[in-house]
Amino acid sequence: MSNEAAIHPGVISHGFQEHQEAHHHHESFITKYIFSQDHKMIAKQYLITGMVWAFIGGLMSVLFRIQLGYPEATLPWLEDIFGHWAKGGKISPEFYYALVTMHGTILIFFVLTAGLSGTFANFLIPFQVGARDMASPFMNMLSYWFFVLSSIIMLSSLFIQTGPAAGGWTVYPPLSALGDASIGSKTGMDLWLISMALFVVSQLLAGLNYVSTILNMRTKGMTMTRLPLTVWGLFFTAILGLLSFPVLLSGFILLLFDRHLGTSFYLSDIVIAGKILPNEGGSSILYQHLFWFLGHPEVYIIILPTMGIVSEIMSINSRKPIFGYTAMVASLFAIAVLSFLVWAHHMFVTGMNPFLGSVFVLLTLLIAVPSSIKVFNWLTTLWRGNIRFTVGMLFSIGFVSNFISGGLTGIWVGNSTIDIHVHDTYFNIAHFHIVMGVSAFMGMFAGVYHWFPKMYGRYMNNTMGYIHFWVTLVCAYVIFWPMHYEGLAGMPRRYYDYSTWESFKQFVELNRVISFAAFVSFMAQILFLFNFFYSIFKGRKVTTKNPWGATTLEWTTPIRPGHGNWPGEIPEVHRWPYDYGKDGVDFISQTEPVSKNESGGH
Amino acid sequence: MTSTEYFIILIALLVFIVVFQISKASEYVSVLKGEKKALEQNNRINAFLMLVFLVVGLIAAWWCNHLLYDKTLLGLPAASDHGENIDKMLWITLIITGIVFFITQILLFWFAYRYQASEKRKAYYYPHNNKLELLWTVIPALTLTVLVAFGLYYWFKITGEAPKNAAEVEITGHQFGWEYRYPGKDKVLGRQHFKLVDAAKNNPLGQDWKDAANHDDLHPTEMHLVVNKPVKLIIRSQDVIHDVGLPHFRLKMDAVPGIPTTLWFTPKYTTEEMKKITGNENFVYEIACDQMCGVGHYSMRGVIVVETQEEYNKWAATQKPQFLTAYPSGVVPADNAASGTAAPASESQPVALAGE
Repeated sequence: MSNEAAIHPGVISHGFQEHQEAHHHHESFITKYIFSQDHKMIAKQYLITGMVWAFIGGLMSVLFRIQLGYPEATLPWLEDIFGHWAKGGKISPEFYYALVTMHGTILIFFVLTAGLSGTFANFLIPFQVGARDMASPFMNMLSYWFFVLSSIIMLSSLFIQTGPAAGGWTVYPPLSALGDASIGSKTGMDLWLISMALFVVSQLLAGLNYVSTILNMRTKGMTMTRLPLTVWGLFFTAILGLLSFPVLLSGFILLLFDRHLGTSFYLSDIVIAGKILPNEGGSSILYQHLFWFLGHPEVYIIILPTMGIVSEIMSINSRKPIFGYTAMVASLFAIAVLSFLVWAHHMFVTGMNPFLGSVFVLLTLLIAVPSSIKVFNWLTTLWRGNIRFTVGMLFSIGFVSNFISGGLTGIWVGNSTIDIHVHDTYFNIAHFHIVMGVSAFMGMFAGVYHWFPKMYGRYMNNTMGYIHFWVTLVCAYVIFWPMHYEGLAGMPRRYYDYSTWESFKQFVELNRVISFAAFVSFMAQILFLFNFFYSIFKGRKVTTKNPWGATTLEWTTPIRPGHGNWPGEIPEVHRWPYDYGKDGVDFISQTEPVSKNESGGH
Repeated sequence: MTSTEYFIILIALLVFIVVFQISKASEYVSVLKGEKKALEQNNRINAFLMLVFLVVGLIAAWWCNHLLYDKTLLGLPAASDHGENIDKMLWITLIITGIVFFITQILLFWFAYRYQASEKRKAYYYPHNNKLELLWTVIPALTLTVLVAFGLYYWFKITGEAPKNAAEVEITGHQFGWEYRYPGKDKVLGRQHFKLVDAAKNNPLGQDWKDAANHDDLHPTEMHLVVNKPVKLIIRSQDVIHDVGLPHFRLKMDAVPGIPTTLWFTPKYTTEEMKKITGNENFVYEIACDQMCGVGHYSMRGVIVVETQEEYNKWAATQKPQFLTAYPSGVVPADNAASGTAAPASESQPVALAGE
C-alpha cells in the first residue's frame, strides 16, 4: 500500500496482489461501508453526510425565507411541526434567529468545509497523485467519525428545550457567552461549542493526512509541478485549515471558560437582565480577532478546492490546457498567504484603530490581484477551445460567473470607506453568498457530476443535470442580485421583520420574489439529490475507463477500482496533466512517455 | 393545511414526476439516436442557452436597476459630510467594478457560446503567455492601488479627530433599545460606571452623582442634533455588542461593552429638509442596530431629529436633567456611596477612533 510498488514494481506488485486478495476476503459490510479505511469510501461518506446537512441547512433557509417573504402569513402546519417555535403558524423571532444561525454554521462548516474538502480531497488526492490510499487510512477514517460525532451533537442541539445557538454563525460574545442574553446562548451554545471543537479535531486529522499524502506519496515522475490543479487547491486548503483551525479552537475554549468558569476573557462592564455582572477587563473584540483568524482563511478553505476542481473540469471540457498553470499555482499560493493577513476587514466598525484598519484595507484589496489572474486565465482557457457542455462544465462556467460577480463586490466591502456604509447590510449577504456560497456550490456540483462515473461506475442523468444547472444559476442571481440594492438602502441583515422601519420597509414585493426564487432553487437541489441517489443504482453504466478523455491518473484505474486503486503497478508519470490538443492530438495521458518528435510545449 | 397548500404540493410533485419521466425518456432517446448525436444536440442547446442567459441577464440587470434604484439611497444625497465622501468612493468603485463586471461576464458567456464543440475546429493548444499574464497582473494591481489610495484618503478623513467645536452626545445600547445622554450646560459628560446602574433608582446609565458634572446631564428619549454642526458620538453598550447604524449618514460604529467607541460627523440636512428631498412626509433619521444582539435585534430602533440651532435650543430647554429625576431635591444624599458599590476612581475613557 505505498509507492514502493511503483519504485520496485517487481518486488512489491506480487505482494500487493496477495494483499488485495486477502483484503477482499476479510471485507465485511462494516469494514467496507461503515468503518472503511478506503479513501474512496470515506469520500462518499463525507459527500453523503454533507448532502444530509445541505438538505437540513437549505430547508432552514426555506423556513426563514417564509418569514422574510411572507411576514403576514400564518401557516398552521408550521405549528403542527415546530410547536411553540411557530405559534399560530408564524415563525417566532427565537426560531428565526436559531434558523439563520444554524443555516450559516451548517453550510459553512458541515457542508462547504467537511462535505466539500472531505469528499474531493479524499477522493482525488490518492487517485491524482498516484497513491493506493492516504498516508494514514486509519486516521482518515477517524477524521470522518469525528465529523459524524460532531454532526450528531450539532443535530441534537436542534431538539433541546431552549433550542440551538441563535447568535449568528460567528457566535460573538457577550451574546453567546451569557444565557441571560439569549435563549440560544443556553445549552444550545454549549452543544454548538463542543460540536465545533470535535469538528476542528476532525479537520486537523484530515488536513494532516492530505498534506502528508501529497508531499510523500506521489508516484514516480509525479513532481509537484505535474500535479493537477485540483491537488494544488486541496493542498493549500489543507494547509490553511491546519494553521487556522487551532486558533479557532482556542477562541472557543476561552468562550467555554467565560461561560462556565467565571473567567473574563471576553466580558467586561455588563449589566444584563437587571443584574450587574462582576466581570471586568475582558474584551469581546479579542474573540472576533481569534474567530476571524480562522474565519477569513475559512472562506478560502471553501473556495480553493472548487477553484482547483473548476480549473480541471474546464480544461478537460475545453479540450485545451489550462491557461497559465504556473500562474494558477502561484495565485493559489498568493491567496493562501494573503488569506491569513486580512481577517480584521470583518472588524472595520468595531472601533479598531483606524490605522490598523487601513493596513487591512491594503492587504484585502491585494488579494483581488491573484483572484483576477485566475478569472482571466479561466477565460483564456475557454478562448478558442472546443467546448463540450457536460453538466460539470456548465457548473464550472456558472462558478466563474458567480466568482466574478461576488468577487467584484469584495472590492467594495474590503474597502473600509465603503464598508462603514454597507457593513452588516444585505449588500454583504449578497457578496458572500455569491462568492463563497453559490460559487462554492457550483464548483462542488461540477465536481460531483464530473467524478460521479469514477465514484459509482455510472453516469448521473444529463437532462436532470441540465435542469438543475439552469434553474440553480437563474435562481441564484434572482435571489442575490437584488439584495445588493437592499443593502444600498442600508437594510440590515438578520432582521426578523422590517415593517416598523421607515427606511427599510419598501422591499415587501422584492422580498417575496426572493423567497419564491429560494423555494424554486431548493426544489432544484432536491432534484439533484434525487438524481444522485437514483443514478447510483439506475444510472447509465460507464463502459470505458476514461469517459471524459482526461489525462489524469484516476482515469487509468479500472471502472470500479478496488481498495488500492490500481490492480497492478501504480503507473509512472511522464508529463504535466494538461496536454489537451497538443500537436493535434486530442489528449495525452500523464502516463504516456514524451515522444521524441513531440513539440516542446509546456 | 389549506387546500391551496395541498394544491401547491400537488403541483410540485407533478412537476417532479414530469421532469423525471422526461429525463428518463431522453436517456433512452439518446441511446436510440446514438450517443454522439445526442451529445452534439445537447451541446448546441446549452451553448445557445449560454447566449440567452447573457442577453436576458443583462436586460434583467437593467430592469432590476430601473425598479429598485429609487428605493435605495443611491439617488439621495448623503446626509453627512462623511457620507458624501463615502458616496464618492462608492461611485468610483461602482464604475470600475462595473466595467470589469460587464467585460468579463460578456467574455465568459460569449466564449462559451462561440467556442462550443465543432467537428470543423480543433482546440488551440495555448498553455501560457507570460506577457498576457503580466498584463493582467499589473493592470488589476494598478487599479486596486488607485482604489486603496482613494479609500484610505477618505477613511482617514472620516476616522480623524473630531473638530474642537463638536458637540458631544453619548449613546448607549442595551437589549433592545438606545439611551442618549447630553452633557448639559457645562458641556462635560459626568463620570459613569456600570456598577452604579440602577434603573429602580432612576439611574439607568450608572451616572456617578458625586461627580457634579453629572448634575446637569440630560437623558432624553430621542437624539436631537443641530444641522451643520459637527457632533461626536460616544458609543457604549451595557450588555452585548450592538451597532449604531445610520444609513442616511452612511455611517456605523459598534457599541462594545467595556470599550467605548466614538464616531463624529456633521449632519447636512434637517429632518424637515430630508422630508422634502425624499418626498416622504414620514421621513425620519433612524438608528438601526447593525450587530446581531439577540431576539429583539430587529426592533432596536432609535430616532434622530436633525434641526436648526433655534429649534434645538428650544427642545433642550424643555429637558430635565436625570439628576433631578433621581433626586428631585437636587441634593445628593450622604449615603449615596452605599447605594452603589464604591464609585471607581477614574472614568473609563472612550477609546477614540483616531488615536486620540
